[in-house]
Amino acid sequence: MRILVVGGGTGGTILANNLARRLSAEIRARKVRLTMLSASDKHMYQPGLLYVAFGQMTPDQLYRDQASLLESSIDFHVDPVEQFQLDQKKVITKSGKVHEYDILVIATGSRIVPEEVPGLVEGAETFYTEASAVKMFKRLRELEEGTVAVVVGVPHKCPIAPVELIFSLHDYFKARGIRDKIKIKYHYPIGRIHTIKEVAIWAKPEFDRMGIEYETLFNVKEVDVKNKVVKSEEGTETHYDLLIAIPPHRGMEVIEKNNLGEGGWIPTDRYKLTMNGHDNVYVLGDTTNLPVSKTGSAAHFEAEVIAENISSIIKIGTPVRDYDGKVYCFVEAGHDRATYAMFNYLNPPDLKPPSKPMHWFKMAYNQMYWTSVRGLL
Amino acid sequence: MSDSKIVDARDTFCPGPLMELITHMKQSNVGDTLELLSTDEGSGADVPEWVNKVGHEIISNEKIDGVWHIKIRKAK
Repeated sequence: MRILVVGGGTGGTILANNLARRLSAEIRARKVRLTMLSASDKHMYQPGLLYVAFGQMTPDQLYRDQASLLESSIDFHVDPVEQFQLDQKKVITKSGKVHEYDILVIATGSRIVPEEVPGLVEGAETFYTEASAVKMFKRLRELEEGTVAVVVGVPHKCPIAPVELIFSLHDYFKARGIRDKIKIKYHYPIGRIHTIKEVAIWAKPEFDRMGIEYETLFNVKEVDVKNKVVKSEEGTETHYDLLIAIPPHRGMEVIEKNNLGEGGWIPTDRYKLTMNGHDNVYVLGDTTNLPVSKTGSAAHFEAEVIAENISSIIKIGTPVRDYDGKVYCFVEAGHDRATYAMFNYLNPPDLKPPSKPMHWFKMAYNQMYWTSVRGLL
Repeated sequence: MSDSKIVDARDTFCPGPLMELITHMKQSNVGDTLELLSTDEGSGADVPEWVNKVGHEIISNEKIDGVWHIKIRKAK
């Protein structure tokens, strides 16, 4: 049995390590071969980028060598896939190698596409890459007064990030003693300040307490960089001194080039996590087209389900459980408080008041991630 | 027989039905028709609010067996 995992992000790595342990006897007996193909020899802890953007972490703290995170029984190659030939159960990599499989897992992730909004690349700061997060922090440090406008592209990874960004901006300028000289204006695509109703209800009085201005039903259409104006699809506009964008995302180019899914998102069964029409192809994390948060947390819980099911298929001939849509997101409510949102397909989150211990737990998790991604937590 | 593209956002809290619809509208062409399925009680009002504000067209909006079926034509 040949299992091929394409993608070495959070989901792919947790899945591969989990499978390697569940199938250790089969791998030793050479009945199972587990291979991972990734585009990078490095693994980034992506939630850390928000801390980099506020000078609380440096980029080097976000990385580990991918090989150091993997069980030694995993056959790991830095050689990204360029062609998926699902009908022939094989992929072809950038180096030209052919990998055949019996079970394929696609976990290629997503990418930011700020270029889809005219003026966004030139006019807005962001924190979704190492370089942009560092640049954003330098811009924040330079700012002494004026309007900071936050806009949110659709779809985007980590739906909690826009709210966390606002809390961090408030605390950052407050710590510098210039909060009264900075106007923070938040723009959100739908008719409330967060897509999860319970988060919106929780965050609104917090925004009011911090003096955050907000405009809902604002889908960013273009940025007039020269005049420092951001305009919406809905016909409104805001003048800014510093513009920060949660950029729109797409799935990876290789998914679109191979016609596996519109927008780079692969049509996926929401319970089985198999690609529609392909029972031997699993999809997880950002790569799916599921109406589920694109977060490391969703990828983590999906990976556990897929690992258990692949293992069970090999051991007893059948999968054993469905993915229930579980997501657990920390919500940083500034630089010293946090809460969390836990939900699944059927049960909404019940947000608790932010607390310091929950913030410390998040700080601890930033280190515990490396244990988690090894599949040990 | 419907030729609408179905956006199935039933039983989801995040990113939620309207955010799902906006994603699919961005991927569609002018003139395309999408049918949003939603179990969020608020969708019957908040989806038309956005569609009308941005200038697309609501074709139909009805609740069948607890599920909102909202058809939208992309107009711009």
